[in-house]
Amino acid sequence: MTVYLLRRLIQAAGVVLAMSVIVFIGVYAIGDPVEILISPDADQFERERAIRAFGLDRPLWQQYFTFLGRALQGDLGRSFVFNEPALKLILQRMPATLELAVGATVVALIIGVPLGLYAGLKPESPVSKGVMAASILGFSLPTFWVGLMLILVFAVQLGWLPSTGRGETVEVLGMRWSFLTADGLAHMVMPAVNLSLFKISLVIRLTRAGVRETMLMDFVKFARAKGLSPRRVIAVHVLKNIMIPVVTVVGLEFGGTIAFSVVTESIFAWPGMGKLIIDSINVLDRPVIVAYLMIIVLMFIVINLVVDLTYSVLDPRVRLEAKGA
Amino acid sequence: MKGIARAAGFAAAFAIAAAAPAAAQTPPAPAAGAALTVAVAAPVTSLDPHYHQLSPNNAVADMVFDRLVNTDAQSRQVPGLAVEWKAVEPTVWEFKLRPDVRFHNGNPFTAEDVAFTLARLPNVPNSPSSFAVYSRPIKRVEVVDPLTVRFHTAEPYPLVPLDMTNVRVLDKETHENASTEDFNSGRAAVGTGPWRVVSHRQGDRIEFERFDGYWGDKPAFARVNYRMVTNDAARTAALLAGDVDLIDQVPTTDVAKLRRDQRVALSEVVGLRLVFLGLDHLRGTDENSPFVTGNDGQPLGRNPLKDVRVRRALSMAIDRQAIAERVMEGAATPAGQFLPEGVYGYVPGLEAPRYDPDGAKRLLAEAGYPDGFRIQLNGPNDRYINDARIIQAIGQMWTRVGVRTTVEAQTWSVFVGRASRQEYSAFLIGWGSNPDGSHPLRNIIATYSRERGWGASNRGRYSNPEVDALLERSNTEMDGEKREQMVVAAMRMAMEDVAVIPLHIQTNIWAARRGFQHTARVDELTRAQDVRPAAAAAAR
Amino acid sequence: MSTTTAPSAAQAAPTPPAPPRVETPFQRFVSEFAASRLALAGLAVFTTIVLIAVLAPWIAPQNPYDLAQLDIMDSRLEPGSVGGAGFTHWLGTDDQGRDMLSGIMYGLRISLIVGAGSAVIACMVGASLGMLAAYAGGRTDSAIMRLVDLQLSFPAILAALMILAVLGKGVLNVVIALVLVEWAYYARTVRGTALVERRREYIEAAQCLALPTRRVIFRHLLPNCLPPLIVVGTMQVARAIALEATLSFLGLGVPITEPSLGLLIANGYEYMLSGKYWISFYPGIALLVTIVSINLVGDHLRDVLNPRLKR
Repeated sequence: MTVYLLRRLIQAAGVVLAMSVIVFIGVYAIGDPVEILISPDADQFERERAIRAFGLDRPLWQQYFTFLGRALQGDLGRSFVFNEPALKLILQRMPATLELAVGATVVALIIGVPLGLYAGLKPESPVSKGVMAASILGFSLPTFWVGLMLILVFAVQLGWLPSTGRGETVEVLGMRWSFLTADGLAHMVMPAVNLSLFKISLVIRLTRAGVRETMLMDFVKFARAKGLSPRRVIAVHVLKNIMIPVVTVVGLEFGGTIAFSVVTESIFAWPGMGKLIIDSINVLDRPVIVAYLMIIVLMFIVINLVVDLTYSVLDPRVRLEAKGA
Repeated sequence: MKGIARAAGFAAAFAIAAAAPAAAQTPPAPAAGAALTVAVAAPVTSLDPHYHQLSPNNAVADMVFDRLVNTDAQSRQVPGLAVEWKAVEPTVWEFKLRPDVRFHNGNPFTAEDVAFTLARLPNVPNSPSSFAVYSRPIKRVEVVDPLTVRFHTAEPYPLVPLDMTNVRVLDKETHENASTEDFNSGRAAVGTGPWRVVSHRQGDRIEFERFDGYWGDKPAFARVNYRMVTNDAARTAALLAGDVDLIDQVPTTDVAKLRRDQRVALSEVVGLRLVFLGLDHLRGTDENSPFVTGNDGQPLGRNPLKDVRVRRALSMAIDRQAIAERVMEGAATPAGQFLPEGVYGYVPGLEAPRYDPDGAKRLLAEAGYPDGFRIQLNGPNDRYINDARIIQAIGQMWTRVGVRTTVEAQTWSVFVGRASRQEYSAFLIGWGSNPDGSHPLRNIIATYSRERGWGASNRGRYSNPEVDALLERSNTEMDGEKREQMVVAAMRMAMEDVAVIPLHIQTNIWAARRGFQHTARVDELTRAQDVRPAAAAAAR
Repeated sequence: MSTTTAPSAAQAAPTPPAPPRVETPFQRFVSEFAASRLALAGLAVFTTIVLIAVLAPWIAPQNPYDLAQLDIMDSRLEPGSVGGAGFTHWLGTDDQGRDMLSGIMYGLRISLIVGAGSAVIACMVGASLGMLAAYAGGRTDSAIMRLVDLQLSFPAILAALMILAVLGKGVLNVVIALVLVEWAYYARTVRGTALVERRREYIEAAQCLALPTRRVIFRHLLPNCLPPLIVVGTMQVARAIALEATLSFLGLGVPITEPSLGLLIANGYEYMLSGKYWISFYPGIALLVTIVSINLVGDHLRDVLNPRLKR
């Protein structure tokens, strides 16, 4: 186990390194940050000064190794745009995104699992068919369109919910959270629902597919034959079995939501990391992009590790050592 | 078929129309001393007024700080921290400062603060877009007495007051060692302006409260919540939902609807931003321009854009009125030059070129292209109002006179670098001017020259020695009228030579909830002091 | 015979000649598929949509990609109006005077190419790598899975922006960007399932027979990994189309003069507050119908192909 974790750790370092190289080359290929940031008034002299200030006058590999050297000492660079440490900017935005992602995932599981369970147990009932048809809507409409519709209906027409922004926040553990205040929660509802639409569909479908398969398996038949109550059969035997694909996919989705809820955050003016990364990409703020993606890749590695560990807990047939991974 | 389409359409129209204006309670007029909530489109990147020369930052800086020379809504120079200024000698400008002005922390404002401010401009670490261009012509700052300061320039320099409209003044004592981070945290965001910063959350919101010791007009609101809502539709929706009181950069698509809406009032003014087409002047007459080919798709072997007749034909082929009405939905004024009428350096009588497709075809034939050629028109899709729509419309118009046009729109981040490396043949771009004709001349029209610092934004690399010579002379001409004549002559020359193809000047549009009155500014800045309760505004 | 489950069929494999069949697997597949009327309806709708997309150049009233045929004087006409070109715009026109009906027909082409193309390629790449990872294990597994980690954490926007900057705009480049983003999802899903499946008896049996690895993977492992793959796959087609719409919304999608359904919706989005509903409403309906039909077919396909659901 320890060896396994250690090996994964070393691999993780390699992946993070690879990410930083890709981003360096990628941003270089896309364009020139100074051209984007500089005032049109600036003359050639000012442009050159800005290029020098950011170290962009040196060859790319030199810039990279300078970055690497500093990164090893814990300094991921300063944002070109804000002149603040990239890490600080990202961490400032993290709570907002974290609570949104958790909210969306919770909504997806609370709505998705029971509906999927029902649709899987009674596949022929009209309600199930209705649920399945409705679940298609969840991923066929573009997020930006649904988001604006939500605002139009619930904020503009009905006036039930605030249209945009994060609302009141409370400081806990040095971070600002809005889910602890009524106003903050009200602001959270629409973006969380908007983010969860795709996930709800996903969970419904995965659960239904899993239930349908599992119900036909021998161990379920056996459990039923033993005279266990249907409730217990479903709660213990079926659910445990179908959680594997659900955990995998929801885990990945959770990561994706934290990393790239770009559109939802833009439309709802939610000051999270998704908005930071899209703004940074738009102006090619390389230090922020690099730092951000390095953190995100680390996060995905951890999520994948957790998913793998969960596998081995949920399904003893999957043994970590055996994979040698 | 028609019936079905109509029925479906009606249902959809109903759903959407119902969604828009139903919550029709007229908001009560704001009480004096109440709070104001503003939603702006562009994020503010820093509260340090000398860090990043960027409109959203300047707007906020205008709320917290003051300039020696302020500008009114029309961008005319008005006394700010200086009450009067004049050139006492050709190379010496003297500014008389406003007495009894205090910073938010109680420190008095004096000439020493002006000297400190000018010294700081070039020394802001890591500034992505520095303000040093405004202090560089000034070789020495002389503090004559606490309320008099003199700027000595190396050679006669008429633009000192204009430059000073771009510089916000700091307090020597407070800001001696203040870093950009200190400003962002709000600690050092201390100025002489009408508002003091209460809190700042980057990319989200800034909260202000009224500074009661302000020397000028007292602001009408006790508190301001300045929020950043980048998505256009969401901003309009926030206004309609009553969550915010004022929005800027109202999308042109929503203007017609909002104009009819009783709950909001628009404020608009023709701005100082020209949208134009840059053309490839870099490739010589017998070289290939990167995105121009013959009708057979083969290289032409020459650059047709070097021929003034071709440039003029391309300009005449554009129906600017149609673009202003159909694409911009009225939020633009067709233009034949950089500045709107009434601004220093406006060329009298130089109208927007007349739409004349037949004339364009004749000119093309005359230039040796009776069947036209092929060209690609590039442009950004996230920078100027309706930019991607405009280039498509021009693509239609050019194709109709025989210049078969393809259109490619990219994000600004990709576009601007390539445009600056002269990789395009024709491209759409914009220019927001200071209210002085020499400004676009020096940056866009003048020959690219590192030594002079000219033509830094001349992405088509137009070059005309006669224009350069006139500009050179005007730069040191201290007589305002003579200088304007030179600037006008140079601009006329460049426009008649179709250095660039001007399209239109954008209209700046704000929308406020009923009960709030906003004064539109030509410089696009969204500032809380420009908003008043409607009743109070009427009474004034 | 048709009631035999695949695992037990594999277990029965040691006795070489299988009992004679009444119908070929394909016939069985067809008859089982046809059992669901909903799926048949879905198939019919989907076929119609594909036909419309293929035949667009011949049946659309206008070529919406030819700038010369557009006129901004016809822009934003209401459904049913007659434009300057003399024909009726049944679904109205957009901001460029593009006939919405023609735009949707052509847009279907682009969206189907982008959606199906990227999903199919990503599925092939992802599923192969996922199975390889699960089957081979060891270093191969680690290498592939770390690549997946890398890919999953790389934003679609940045990938699209990089491709756009290097290769320029184009439908094909959008497909490349989407494949680059999506393959990891397939790989991850397939590996998860395959990891469980490869421990099962029928695989061990196949290995005992010393069947070639390729055969074990594709004939035995793959069919049993299909159900979750089809769930993910049919959703990913929809997702790819929606993602393309999002990229268009961010200005990184297909070229503006060749709008996909997604780009039409993204364009129309800006008119949603203005009452000009038709610019985004009709492309939205077209997108919805397309995706619903794909999923009706896909849902049923999954049930039919799933060896473990055979009764």
